[in-house]
Amino acid sequence: MEVKENTISILVNNRPDVLARIAGTFSGRGFNIESISANITRNPEITRIIITTLGSRETVIKLEKQLSKIIDVLEVKDLTRVNATCREMVLVRMKLTDANHMKIMQTVDTLKWKIVRMDADTCILEVTGGKKEIDDALALLDTMGMDDFTRTGVVALERQK
Amino acid sequence: MKLTGAQVLFNALEQEKVDTIFGFPGGAVLDIFDELYRRKIKNILVRHEQGAIHAADGYARVSGKVGVCLVTSGPGATNTVTGIANAFMDSIPVVVLTGQVATSLIGGDAFQEVDITGITRPCTKHNFLVRRIDDLGRTVREAFDIARGGRPGPVLIDIPKDITRSLIEDTDVSWTSSLSNNNQKASIEDACAKALDMIRKAERPLIISGGGVLLGRAPDELRAFVKMLNVPITSTLMGIGAFPASDPHWLGMPGMHGTYYANMAISHCDLLIALGVRFDDRVTSKLDAFAPHAKVLHIDIDPASIDKFVKTNLSIASDCKPVLQLLNKWIGDDSFVIPEKQTKAWLDQIDQWKKFAPMTYCQTDKIKPQYVVETLYRLTEGKAIIATEVGQNQMWAAQFYHFDYPYSWITSGGLGTMGYGFPAAIGAQVARPDKVVVDIAGDGSIQMNIQELATAVNYDLPVKIVILNNGFLGMVRQWQELFYGKRYSQSNISNVPDFVKLAEAYGAVGLRATRPEEVETTLRKGLDTPKTVVMDFHVEPEEGVYPMVTPGAAITDMVLSK
Repeated sequence: MEVKENTISILVNNRPDVLARIAGTFSGRGFNIESISANITRNPEITRIIITTLGSRETVIKLEKQLSKIIDVLEVKDLTRVNATCREMVLVRMKLTDANHMKIMQTVDTLKWKIVRMDADTCILEVTGGKKEIDDALALLDTMGMDDFTRTGVVALERQK
Repeated sequence: MKLTGAQVLFNALEQEKVDTIFGFPGGAVLDIFDELYRRKIKNILVRHEQGAIHAADGYARVSGKVGVCLVTSGPGATNTVTGIANAFMDSIPVVVLTGQVATSLIGGDAFQEVDITGITRPCTKHNFLVRRIDDLGRTVREAFDIARGGRPGPVLIDIPKDITRSLIEDTDVSWTSSLSNNNQKASIEDACAKALDMIRKAERPLIISGGGVLLGRAPDELRAFVKMLNVPITSTLMGIGAFPASDPHWLGMPGMHGTYYANMAISHCDLLIALGVRFDDRVTSKLDAFAPHAKVLHIDIDPASIDKFVKTNLSIASDCKPVLQLLNKWIGDDSFVIPEKQTKAWLDQIDQWKKFAPMTYCQTDKIKPQYVVETLYRLTEGKAIIATEVGQNQMWAAQFYHFDYPYSWITSGGLGTMGYGFPAAIGAQVARPDKVVVDIAGDGSIQMNIQELATAVNYDLPVKIVILNNGFLGMVRQWQELFYGKRYSQSNISNVPDFVKLAEAYGAVGLRATRPEEVETTLRKGLDTPKTVVMDFHVEPEEGVYPMVTPGAAITDMVLSK
């Protein structure tokens, strides 16, 4: 069966150990976590966790069943199979030199990225987008004096309820 | 009126109709044990916390109630972990109450502190750390609901010492469960209709029943189902007793040490009706050779057990009982039968397999362990509750004590915990003082929780221990004999204690048999003695458990005897 990246949305009770239960289910039952993001929902007692994982459809079904057994899990949904918008964000620190300064500014302007911090010889850029956009942005910035970056997990939302 | 946390805890246990718990005191639970002193709830004081959790497990298996275990923080809590994992693997409802250091000390490596909710997260159905006294009542209620609901399992509640001591106005105790109620059960009717259709078409049908039938309190429905359909049935190790072993429809246990005819039937059936099983690897062995010709109809309460390993053609994620009730009703209403000529060839074939390789053993001048078990069966008329340790003793007990009654077989199926049987037998005897309770043990396993002899003697529990003493860790030795060139690495334990003297030292009765002709008299004497009795049978040292499926091979790839 085809192995691909899957985006899973998990609604959980907002309790101190719930993330450990989710992560433990992945590691203990032989699934992997590629990326993760978590925060409260409109109801602050409920947290949405978005996890991306590699696996076949069969694997994802097994995973959904195991996650559904966790007492604090309220809903598990494979967003790969519904219409969902997926975005990530990355903060990139660039080393500024006389040679690259102008080019970075132009690129940021053209691609509608943001400069969120400017110092004498470094700046921090913010890029949001789909997984591929972020990959491409990082590849490009790597050629332009990228010093370091930090990348979030995927956040995703269904287009219709 | 103000209540302490300890008082709230006992009020909560009383609401759950708990009358007996199994426990061992310590610093973090002093306030709880102090409250116990004033209460009607009886604590069975064990000698090691592992004994407490196994006893609570055995108590639950026999009584159908939730077993309760109470231990202190740190080592008290960690000593229960094996038993918690054991209950988790076998889906046994137990609630484990552990003490914890005071909330202000948590996380600081305090004396006897351990993160027991962290440690037990993967082997409990759920666990709780009670952070506020207001939550205590509600938490106990939720723990019991979780332990016995759905697929049962162990639930742990960690209670910090300050919470057991602090005070709360009784009207401020919250009892409202916060568990979500997503119990809207999908209708089983459509699936059951399809199931009946599959059954109607089958020429070589076979039922495989497991622990889920017992946990779902459905042995009566299973018996009626088999009788009406006239279909052969095999039961897994966990399912033993749900269907009478003396009934000709029963093919014994399948799998690694299953009968030849059960394994042959699985491998040749065209419909496998799986009731409350999870297809453990000891049952299936090589997966792609398991039931290769069969359509699989799988009924289990846990959706995660369905299509986990064995692919199904039709599945019903439900308790077995309502499914069997509905099928039985339809079968009865329609006077539904599978036409005799449709399955005749199949039933004849199974009879031939039964005749080809019946369950048997060769009697010599040494005591055969199988003979001890069979004699025990005869003398107790099959009516005893049998607990076992793990290994050869367990397999011989499963094979040669012919269980006709449900809830009389207590064994560590999933985890395979040596040292389980004796404390579990203690729990069973507490639950059923009216029954003869026997632990069938090996000389290796019995030493893993031998300290509980003090518990049994202390409470005048007339548990009988039958040690099949071969001087080896027998199952390890058997694998070494068959697959490791007879290199008996670390499996010879012949320097065992004198079990008769050991029993006497604890205040129990010790008996010994060394020759076949002494077996019956020894068993008779032991069974007739209304005390804790240890019976030490010196059996053939290198007897093996057969049949045996070659590990990793198809279940038809069996060694039938040495």
